Amino acid sequence: MPISFPTTLDLGRFLPEILLTVFGTLFMVLDAVLQKRSKNLFGHLTLLALAAALGASLYAGSEPGPAFGGMLVVDGFATFFRVLVLGVGMLIVLSSYRFLARENAETGEYHALLLFSLAGQCLMASANDLIMVFIGLEISSIASYVLAGYLRDDKRANEAALKYFLLGSFATAFFLYGVAILYGSTGTVKLDQIHAVLTGPNAPFPVFVTLAAALMLVGLGFKVSAAPFQVWAPDVYQGAPTPVAAFLSAAPKAAAFAVFLRIFTTALEPIGTAWEPLAWGSALASMTIGNFAALLQSNIKRMLAYSSIAHAGYVLVALTARSDTGTSAAMFYLAAYALMNLGAFAVVTHLSGKGERYLTLDDFAGLAQKQPFTAAMLTIFLLSLIGVPLTGGFFGKFYIFKAALDSHLVWLAVLGLLNSAVAAYYYLRVLVMMYMHDPSQAVQEAEPLSHGLQLALVLPALGTLFLGIFPNWVLEFAGHSAALMK
Amino acid sequence: MNPLLGVLALPLVAFLAALAIPRRQPQNSRWWALGSSLAIFVLSLILVFRFDQGSGQEQFALDQPWIASPDIHFAISVNGVSLWLIVLTAFLTPLCVLISWRSVQNRVKEFYAFLLLLEFGLIGVFVAQDLFLFYVFWEISLVPMYFLIGIWGHERRIYAAVKFFLYTMAGSMLMLVAIIYLYNRTGTFSYAGILDLLASGKLVFGAQEQLLLFLAFFVAFAIKVPVFPLHTWLPDAHVEAPTAGSVMLASVMLKMGTYGILHFAVPLFPRAAHQCAPWIVVLAIIGILYGALVAMVQPNLKKLVAYSSVSHLGFVVLGIFSFTRMGLDGAVYQMLNHGISTGALFAFVGLLYERRHSLEIADYGGVATVAPWLSTAFLVTTLASVGLPMLNNFVGEFLVLQGTATVHFTWTVYASIGVILSACYMLWMYQRVFYGEAGQEVHHHIFDLRAREWAVAVPFLAMMLWMGVYPQSFLPPVGKVNDAILQESQVDVPVRVSLPVPVLPVRVEAARAH
Repeated sequence: MPISFPTTLDLGRFLPEILLTVFGTLFMVLDAVLQKRSKNLFGHLTLLALAAALGASLYAGSEPGPAFGGMLVVDGFATFFRVLVLGVGMLIVLSSYRFLARENAETGEYHALLLFSLAGQCLMASANDLIMVFIGLEISSIASYVLAGYLRDDKRANEAALKYFLLGSFATAFFLYGVAILYGSTGTVKLDQIHAVLTGPNAPFPVFVTLAAALMLVGLGFKVSAAPFQVWAPDVYQGAPTPVAAFLSAAPKAAAFAVFLRIFTTALEPIGTAWEPLAWGSALASMTIGNFAALLQSNIKRMLAYSSIAHAGYVLVALTARSDTGTSAAMFYLAAYALMNLGAFAVVTHLSGKGERYLTLDDFAGLAQKQPFTAAMLTIFLLSLIGVPLTGGFFGKFYIFKAALDSHLVWLAVLGLLNSAVAAYYYLRVLVMMYMHDPSQAVQEAEPLSHGLQLALVLPALGTLFLGIFPNWVLEFAGHSAALMK
Repeated sequence: MNPLLGVLALPLVAFLAALAIPRRQPQNSRWWALGSSLAIFVLSLILVFRFDQGSGQEQFALDQPWIASPDIHFAISVNGVSLWLIVLTAFLTPLCVLISWRSVQNRVKEFYAFLLLLEFGLIGVFVAQDLFLFYVFWEISLVPMYFLIGIWGHERRIYAAVKFFLYTMAGSMLMLVAIIYLYNRTGTFSYAGILDLLASGKLVFGAQEQLLLFLAFFVAFAIKVPVFPLHTWLPDAHVEAPTAGSVMLASVMLKMGTYGILHFAVPLFPRAAHQCAPWIVVLAIIGILYGALVAMVQPNLKKLVAYSSVSHLGFVVLGIFSFTRMGLDGAVYQMLNHGISTGALFAFVGLLYERRHSLEIADYGGVATVAPWLSTAFLVTTLASVGLPMLNNFVGEFLVLQGTATVHFTWTVYASIGVILSACYMLWMYQRVFYGEAGQEVHHHIFDLRAREWAVAVPFLAMMLWMGVYPQSFLPPVGKVNDAILQESQVDVPVRVSLPVPVLPVRVEAARAH
């Protein structure tokens, strides 16, 4: 490989990651240096950093192409996911203001870690090389582990961080093992070259490649919390601070799915028939386990964790479809899911109170009477999670199951849709609590919505409705990008 | 402007405006709901007058592209059947506003907002001509009804509301799979477009394919109707719902199911419909008899009316699957009749409940001596429900039985037993509630109709009489549509089972082969 200095073009395409890292490092320093500062300083700065990175992503996306000798590729797909995770980051910052103030934990560290994690996810979105994927995965994960344990005096947060770290590193090892085998049998780590080798005349012995695919599936399956690698999710979501749990359920998941889609529909596409049954089984298991376990939860964060497992299952259905429509459906779904899930978590953040005391379903009782606006917002998110028409969640499901039917996965589609009827039950329980019971202690004590939280509710709600009424705009973009990938 | 778009859009506008009324002014919410729903009713009447009754075609069609990929259109129109269902919806909504005037005191603003949203969803279901749009409205109508039952219902309201939501949701998921499958086969969601493909022979379903698709649609509709083994959500929902909820549920929501069968399931999959007809008829007859027998032993007024609905809707399904012009006409007429007479029954039961705060038949007795006018109104409704000639239900039931008799006489015999049974349980109920000695409690609590309640009773009674005496004002456009439906069910090209299931998008060879 010829070694050359990065060109301006390379750097331009890498600008979002550079900006995120620079700002993150800056925060670490500022945190130590600045003694007297406004409490919201780091929040505002983070929003600025994210806006800059968003601008850089769009700028990089306007001129698609590879960077650093093909180790990265900035195509529509990468831009889509970069914008998605950065948007998620912004919403998390907005819903964190009040939370951090409440917990007396306004340090620069929190925001720095958030930025590092996002830098890793942006890298994952644009990586076109298994080593880059791995580096992105690690940057993202390590920052996430720390974030999960951010409230270090909280026992549950510590448990969550430790669990997440141990299982997470274990899963990363699986992924790495898969990468090693794939490299051993094809002689390259570049996704396009792997594809070429696998379709070429000297294709390696399929058993090894399949084994590598299976191992990578385990590693990535863990990251997206797909069954049977989902057990960590409920404990971690429950223990982690609520905004962090919201972040974990959206951004790292979206980035991991980006990697999932890119590797499995480009490099490993030639052995699609071999990994399809694995994805099929994992999709069905995730939907079923997630939905049925969520039925039994009384803690809202655990319930949302199981629901997030189920939603990972829906996206895996799109992956199983192995088509461009499937990929674009998955992209659309991840965007819709990020919006509705972040919105739901923002309400949880709002209501949980100091020290996160109020996290059971019963604590939502009577919210509609005391804070009708908050309840109405949560209603939109829950209806979207159920998949009621005119919300983003509905079109997400619709496109996914349409893609599945296109690929003749009739049974998976039928079982998946019946699954979502089961899911309606536990989301309805929250609606029942909010609208049909008398106000609980938590609701009586709830403070009015802060400005940050208002934005963190209104923006996703508008987004959810927009995706539900005019899905075309996002879907078309996703469609173009899905086709560009190969 | 297209008057149909007005009828559809006005409830949505009214709903949004209702949200803007401050919570502290419940009286304003009530008046707004009444005014806007009356305006919608007037608009629906304009629709009737401008409707060309001599034609069985879809009218006031509007077709706007909505989403480019997949190709989804905002396509709406009405025909002679959906026209009356829209008018029924628009007729009942103001009455529901009136009967809730005093009984709903809690969260008034939300109540009327949800009622208007419900009207929007229901009218949408009846006008949508794009399968996808139909599904959207089908689901939208679910949400306000869920809240109406769950917030303003009686004791076990939450159980009932969730059960109602989940039953319908499970059914509609199957329908969604079928709709997507149809789109993948044909490349369009347009109902008319798919019918054209079928008629021209460019689209031919394999036998098994057609059967599965039919069943997917039918199960979704059958849950809503409800057809016999899928009916268990209905008594719960009816008993627990507030009066207005029960009225809308019985009078209009159940018709979404029968309308769906008639308008979508049968014309799209005629062969499978014919094939399944014997089984469905058996279920319908079981529903008629079972509903009647269970109604007979109910100690609870609302439950009794609810089970009588199961029985009455059995006639509608029977009529549709007789595949005769008379049977279909009767089925559609019965849909409207049931909407009026059962709506009235629920409304009057609601009035009794407002006074006595009980739904148990045993808590009443001798009401006639205290409230003669209320009793008279109830009597007329009871007789209409029983099927007395000169009142509306008689016409519908007669047509259904007559139509069925021409194809299968034994079916008629069994179904007629249901008519007899309905007289038993209704009249017995009437006797226990209204005749006899008026007890202390009844004397104390029950009073006769008030002005606002007259305003509810008179339109109901007038409609029962009108529809019973002069059905010709309603039937001609219905007949035109039914002719078309029967014709479409005949067009069906014989299916050669040996053919492999054709792949996308349409099969031209099959047409040429003929």
